[in-house]
Amino acid sequence: MSVENPLYSHFAQGREDSGRPLGRLRPNAVRLKDHPILEFPAGREVEFTFDGKEIKGIEGEPIAAALHAAGVTVLRHSPALGRARGFFCAIGACSSCLMTVDGVPNVRVCTEPLKQGMVVETQKGHGHLPID
Amino acid sequence: MREVDIAVIGAGPAGLAAALACGESGATTLLVDYMDAPGGQLIKQTHKFFGSERQFAGTRGIQIPDIFIGRLSKMPNVQLMWGVNASGYYADSGVLTLEDGGKFIKVKAKRVIIATGAAEKALAFENNDLPGVYGAGAVQTLMNVHGVKPGDRVLMVGSGNIGLIVSYQLIQAHVEVIALVEAARCIGGYLVHAAKLRRAGVPILTSHTIVRALGEETVRGAVVAQVDQSWQVKPGSEREIACDVICLAVGLTPLVDMMWQAGCEMRYVPALGGHVPARDENMRASNPAVYVAGDAGGVEEASSAMISGEIAGISAAKSLGFEVQGAEARLGQLKADLAAIRSGPTGEKICAGVKCATVCGGEW
Repeated sequence: MSVENPLYSHFAQGREDSGRPLGRLRPNAVRLKDHPILEFPAGREVEFTFDGKEIKGIEGEPIAAALHAAGVTVLRHSPALGRARGFFCAIGACSSCLMTVDGVPNVRVCTEPLKQGMVVETQKGHGHLPID
Repeated sequence: MREVDIAVIGAGPAGLAAALACGESGATTLLVDYMDAPGGQLIKQTHKFFGSERQFAGTRGIQIPDIFIGRLSKMPNVQLMWGVNASGYYADSGVLTLEDGGKFIKVKAKRVIIATGAAEKALAFENNDLPGVYGAGAVQTLMNVHGVKPGDRVLMVGSGNIGLIVSYQLIQAHVEVIALVEAARCIGGYLVHAAKLRRAGVPILTSHTIVRALGEETVRGAVVAQVDQSWQVKPGSEREIACDVICLAVGLTPLVDMMWQAGCEMRYVPALGGHVPARDENMRASNPAVYVAGDAGGVEEASSAMISGEIAGISAAKSLGFEVQGAEARLGQLKADLAAIRSGPTGEKICAGVKCATVCGGEW
């Protein structure tokens, strides 16, 4: 692969501005406003907490979408190796996004609709289900 | 316990088409989906469909569910349930168990059409589990359904139609697609989709692969490299690029759990994405109460899913003695439409896969 390859001018540009905060999302810029085909009607804003922090989201959107829009991309850590886990499949099939929601562990936040006042927590290990 | 003639699991393109055919026959039909709204993956397909008018050519995918639901909701013999997870099927009794908001419901169904779709495949490379590595479908859901950008700079992996279309949709959502890498020497998808990307200035790097993702807790970049004809990375060709999203469009695998549970004969068919149920020409599985439709029977795309759904719906209704108007002619037309969709180089692979999955002679 040669550096002169014009296809890579794109990459060179990427390296030059690598000082940009890549990997850190800008919470105000992640919700789409103008789209050539789609319209995103303003939904009802609701408040919920993520590990105690108050966050706003749109009622009914998946919890993971609200977290993503708020800049939260690490949803848990793997039980054995402690590797960060994020949003992967968005259809409740891959188990990457398991979190504790309102005290219930192993909730797939990529499909679970957001409600006002939800308490969303990073889950430790395999999660603990409180049984009376 | 509730009883229905036919239960359809999954309200994507295959399940919607299947339920419509069942409903038209007069069979009592239950259509369930675990999501809160019907449509499956159609709800994020902003592009216009190709092919024949019978499969909604010229219509955007996102408009198709409403067309079906408009017709289904007028049928008194059809019940629609959303936000309901089909959690089990007991082949000995024909009982389907559903989970509805924490409640457990049992439904006895004489026939079950399984249209559960497919899930994204992953790709093996170092750090492929970092947050910021997404399936292409997830990126599409996040931006086209929920209006949330996945990030700022995307590396797309895979040049099948999904990789090409999702790249273009990212650009429409004002997200930069830094490049698309494809390990094969040629793109896998349609030229028309690739051309849109090239016109937008996105480099399509064939004979290239991703070697590793960079970053500690989230993706901050990727190493890509050229591969030789035996798929080995060419030494010295590695190059680091800055990106915050790595999007994997490397194929799908059918979601077939319920068919395993129903004791259906399964076959491993790589050309169809993984394990699929053996079926006859009318989509009936080895368990005669079970039919399969759409990607759950082999990964193709939405147009062919609607066709196989309709075939399964007509066949399931007919098997219960319901009169389906012009059934033979419709089945003949549907099979001809499928053959037309499966023509061309990509279709050859699908046809070979379907042949492996279909019982000898086409009939049980």
